[in-house]
Amino acid sequence: MTYAKPLPALDSETQPFWEGCRAGKLRLQRCTQCGHVRFPPTRFCAKCRSAEHEWIDSAGHGRVFSWIVVRHPVPRDVYAADVPYVVALVTLDEGVRIPSNIVGIAPEEVRADMPVRVVFREATPEITLPLFEPA
Amino acid sequence: MYSLRDKYAISGIGWTEFSKKSGRTVRSLASEACLNAIDDAGMKVADIDGFVSFNFNDSVPAISVATEIGVPAARYANDFLSGGNAANMIVLTAAAVIEAGLAENVLCYRAMNGRSGFRLGGGREMAAQGITQFTAPFGWITYPQAMAMWCRRHMIEYGTTSEQLGDIAVTFRSNAVDNPRAMQRDPISKDDYMNSRMIVEPFRMLDICLETDGACAVLVTKAERARDLKRKPIYISGGAYGGGPDQGEDLFDAIRWPDHSHNYAKYIADDLWRSAGMGPQDIDIAQIYDCFTYSVIMQLEGLKFCKEGEGGSFIQGGRIARDGALPLNTHGGLLSEGYIHGLNHVIEAVQQLRGEAGPRQIADVETCLTTAGAMTCGSAMVLRN
Repeated sequence: MTYAKPLPALDSETQPFWEGCRAGKLRLQRCTQCGHVRFPPTRFCAKCRSAEHEWIDSAGHGRVFSWIVVRHPVPRDVYAADVPYVVALVTLDEGVRIPSNIVGIAPEEVRADMPVRVVFREATPEITLPLFEPA
Repeated sequence: MYSLRDKYAISGIGWTEFSKKSGRTVRSLASEACLNAIDDAGMKVADIDGFVSFNFNDSVPAISVATEIGVPAARYANDFLSGGNAANMIVLTAAAVIEAGLAENVLCYRAMNGRSGFRLGGGREMAAQGITQFTAPFGWITYPQAMAMWCRRHMIEYGTTSEQLGDIAVTFRSNAVDNPRAMQRDPISKDDYMNSRMIVEPFRMLDICLETDGACAVLVTKAERARDLKRKPIYISGGAYGGGPDQGEDLFDAIRWPDHSHNYAKYIADDLWRSAGMGPQDIDIAQIYDCFTYSVIMQLEGLKFCKEGEGGSFIQGGRIARDGALPLNTHGGLLSEGYIHGLNHVIEAVQQLRGEAGPRQIADVETCLTTAGAMTCGSAMVLRN
């Protein structure tokens, strides 16, 4: 069955992130000039403007900053089988926020500041998505 | 800071029917609203030499409107690629354009088939490009889904409740009952609100604005010119546009925004009030950008009508009703009048300040605040008569 949901269109800046996911690693950029860890990927560091950076592996732990429970599917045909599902902004221990889904828990059980950890789900042979479950 | 206090005025306003299915081109909607604004001011098409608009790749270039209505020589035409955050900024831009001598009489418009054509509440391309690759693959796609994430933060931080959001929806609907332009004119109760379908928690159906086909236009001229025209001039006393740090990579993205329990409003408040030489206590009524109920709370707090975190209780007890201390969205707002991306708020402000709002007219209105935008950037104006 073909995968019907939106898939990331990789670009020169985001490719290392998604390749990391495929390898089971949650990778973040760290500025090698000032040490600032950033996400989403960008060429320049917003703190010191340096383009020099390295990719570090996040420990994959964080907390729920905010969340929603999608009950009405949009587009309907794509998400009808998935609702209700939880989208959250997760604050990783490394200090950056990342949007994802919270899985492995009933939507009504999700709480603010709840500790979560990354799990990887293969969407297609090329793309693996980083999701989060209760830690 | 906007330094043109009362030097420019809104001399004419125009609009089309608001509907779910216009059956017409967006260009023709834009042209109709613009022609109505010119006629309202008692001016001629030949007087118009400037256009400022904004769109989401769902409208037509200003020059196509100038062409359709036969403007002899458009000297300035600018189409901002923008969301509702621009709905006041385009009016401020018109004043700046005239001040700079680039044009004399400038039409600002927003036109869209927002329900029958390009739906802002709808889905998107399946290939998630740019920043969208970090949101859409997780089923985080629509604006109601975006703003619900902000609303939850306010509930976490300050204990804001669904009942408080419901007060906003019910109050605005009660205003729309007396507005012939409004798309939703049947009164609703708090129970209707609480029982409305959950779309994306914490938002119910009645937290979400209407998708609308239609257009609005506002004609800006020098104040002295306005005084010679048909209508009472409505002066642009102050205004501001902007936001804080990390405004994001597009109008959805707020991944890096400091905290979603506050929006752009707190960042433009000082510029806005200083530019007008006024403060919240000087405002008689306000038309607050209400793409969702929750966005009203952040803007009231950010613009200092109440303290941070107290917006939920501020709107309770009838304060924002037409007979309250601070009547809000007297036309029904984006929630009940229609969603012309916030420019319809300016139309209502002008009608109230002229005393032309009929059964929904608020007595003795001298100042009206308008705002535009809900998330990381936005604009606002203080208008007076």
